[in-house]
Amino acid sequence: MEKMIVAKTGNEAMAEAMRQINPDVVAAYPITPATEVVQIFSSFVADGRVDTEFVPAESEHSALSACVGAAAAGGRVMTSTASQGLALMHEVLFIAAGLRLPIVICEVNRSLSGPINIHCDHSDTMASRDSGWIQIYSEDSQEAYDNTIQAMKIAEKVFLPAIVSVDAFIISHSMERLEILPDEEVQAFIGEHRKPYDLLDVDNPITLGGLDLQDYFFEHKRQEIEAMKEAKAAVIEVGKEFGEKFGTSYGFFEEYRMEDADLAIIALGSTAGTTKVVVNALREKGMKVGLFKIRVFRPLASEEIKKSLEHMKAIAILDRADGMSSFGGPVFHEIRSCLYESEKRPIVTNYIYGLGGRDIFPEEIESVYKDLEKVAEKGEVKNLINYLGVRE
Amino acid sequence: MPSLKQLSSEKDLFTYGHRACAGCAASIILRQVALVAGKNTIFVGATGCMEVVSTIFPYTAWKVPFLHNAFENSAATGSGIETTYRSLKKRGKITKKINVIAFGGDGGTYDIGFQSLSGAMERRHDMLYLCYNNEAYMNTGIQRSSATPFGAHTTTSPAGTVIPGKQQFPKDLTEAIAAHDIPYVAQAAPHNWADFTKKVEKALTIEGPTFINVLSPCPLGWVYPPHLSIKMSKLAAETCFWPLYEVENGIHKINFKPREKKPLIEWTKLQGRFRHLLSESNKHIVEEAQKEVDRKWNRLLKMAEAKI
Repeated sequence: MEKMIVAKTGNEAMAEAMRQINPDVVAAYPITPATEVVQIFSSFVADGRVDTEFVPAESEHSALSACVGAAAAGGRVMTSTASQGLALMHEVLFIAAGLRLPIVICEVNRSLSGPINIHCDHSDTMASRDSGWIQIYSEDSQEAYDNTIQAMKIAEKVFLPAIVSVDAFIISHSMERLEILPDEEVQAFIGEHRKPYDLLDVDNPITLGGLDLQDYFFEHKRQEIEAMKEAKAAVIEVGKEFGEKFGTSYGFFEEYRMEDADLAIIALGSTAGTTKVVVNALREKGMKVGLFKIRVFRPLASEEIKKSLEHMKAIAILDRADGMSSFGGPVFHEIRSCLYESEKRPIVTNYIYGLGGRDIFPEEIESVYKDLEKVAEKGEVKNLINYLGVRE
Repeated sequence: MPSLKQLSSEKDLFTYGHRACAGCAASIILRQVALVAGKNTIFVGATGCMEVVSTIFPYTAWKVPFLHNAFENSAATGSGIETTYRSLKKRGKITKKINVIAFGGDGGTYDIGFQSLSGAMERRHDMLYLCYNNEAYMNTGIQRSSATPFGAHTTTSPAGTVIPGKQQFPKDLTEAIAAHDIPYVAQAAPHNWADFTKKVEKALTIEGPTFINVLSPCPLGWVYPPHLSIKMSKLAAETCFWPLYEVENGIHKINFKPREKKPLIEWTKLQGRFRHLLSESNKHIVEEAQKEVDRKWNRLLKMAEAKI
């Protein structure tokens, strides 16, 4: 198979994946830094390069609402947003998941106001983590592209919506080498659109989104939770198939030089790339360090995470969002909780970093590994929650 | 257009078993709309009385496809359905003509759903939006909306000892939607079934976005005995508080001109929500309300006369 090698930004990569998926409907509202995705896709529509009907909605709330209508009518549906846009969609996120509609959002991680800021952190998707959407984080443009294609297939397998995200500007606007698959290969991979039901089937009318009270609501939610469990198998299956067909396999996470590591950093998104550089440098110096990159945060692969991490001496979790609970960030809470069942139970610390697009430097990541070294030596933690790269 | 007799022999598509209050006009309105629209129609309902009473799981009063998404997004949701329909039609995956009707109460339409409605109309989706306007948030216990009449008592514009009910005139949503220059906008009321069903039929025949604002008397919120709903509807038209008219391609046409325009008080005096206006100290409110009805009616007459 002939892959095309091009230079594309994260936004361009996601728009390209959307073009190849060729959905029936895209309803979207532009927002920095995801504007380009919508712009580029609009030009695909205008130039007849897709069959998609594009709905230029008047807000993100209406964009996702239109997506819900479009998907309930049996269409393959996608959209794109960031930050405030995702927050404005918040109400409808839960409804889309509750209605079991396999919509895919190409999301750019940008901090939530206030104060207003357009740069990267993960506060937007982290605030949506309990909405019932599959969440896949991308380290670079290539992953953004690969993840978008896989997300469509995973979503339609389990009838749950999915968010694929990239870090604002760091990935969304950075030109990188990208391998693009042939259009027909993408189409063959995602296959015929699988829909949970079809409102347009007027001969078999159904009522959707009805009032669901004490006597049924819990059972319906229980089924949705079960679907998220099933999504675990779908993520693995689709990631494996992707590897078999196109060369790069994907799972819940990427373990980078973790085989014999004692100390690990856990990160999501672009920071994983920076951390790999640091890991290599420290390995040169003989430190047994590794990186555990979380790709899929929803569903949370708790068992697998426990198994991969329980033999570590110490772990630092980098959170690009704070839970505003006075007790650290969301990734810290969840990963630490996964390890609670382990008898070995490694020390787990938390570093909040990069809020509002504050750069993170290799030296800072190195300092985290150095902290971990001390923590592991002493077997105790002085500061459980740390703030990296902030003036205080 | 089918006659009432013909319609009454049709199989109901919005059917019995819903939990609407006795005398609820909105349920009559939806039943009529569904009869005219027929089985090849998808309905989208905003959160509100009609969604709540008609879809309590595992029951449904709908024999046509129905989708409820949320409160403020019935129009946007309908626009999504219409877009998939258009997309699949373009790809040859569907051939039959299917109507999309989105509806909401005055809360879901005048207020929280106004932006969503405006957007859907501006984007020229081929759909009908229907507002059943019962002039307050009835589903949550009669709170004022921007459709609530001047002087009316609601639970958030109570007739108190200092402030005698709602202090603002209602928003003229019908004209606001007409200002979107869509092909068809109309006002209707359930007592005049022939006028109403004709408007629904016309709206569904026209390609592009159409909007019908239907007055929906509510015994609970307006405070009158349930058997008087149709009378309430009739008096609203006869007092010219709720003119029956349409705006087709920008031209206003009045569909009902009362031979003798009744004073507004003939309508308000029958409703508990205006009871406080019967006292001598609130006479000026009645006068002000009448003045506003006259002003709006005269304006409408002029527009219809000038064919604009």
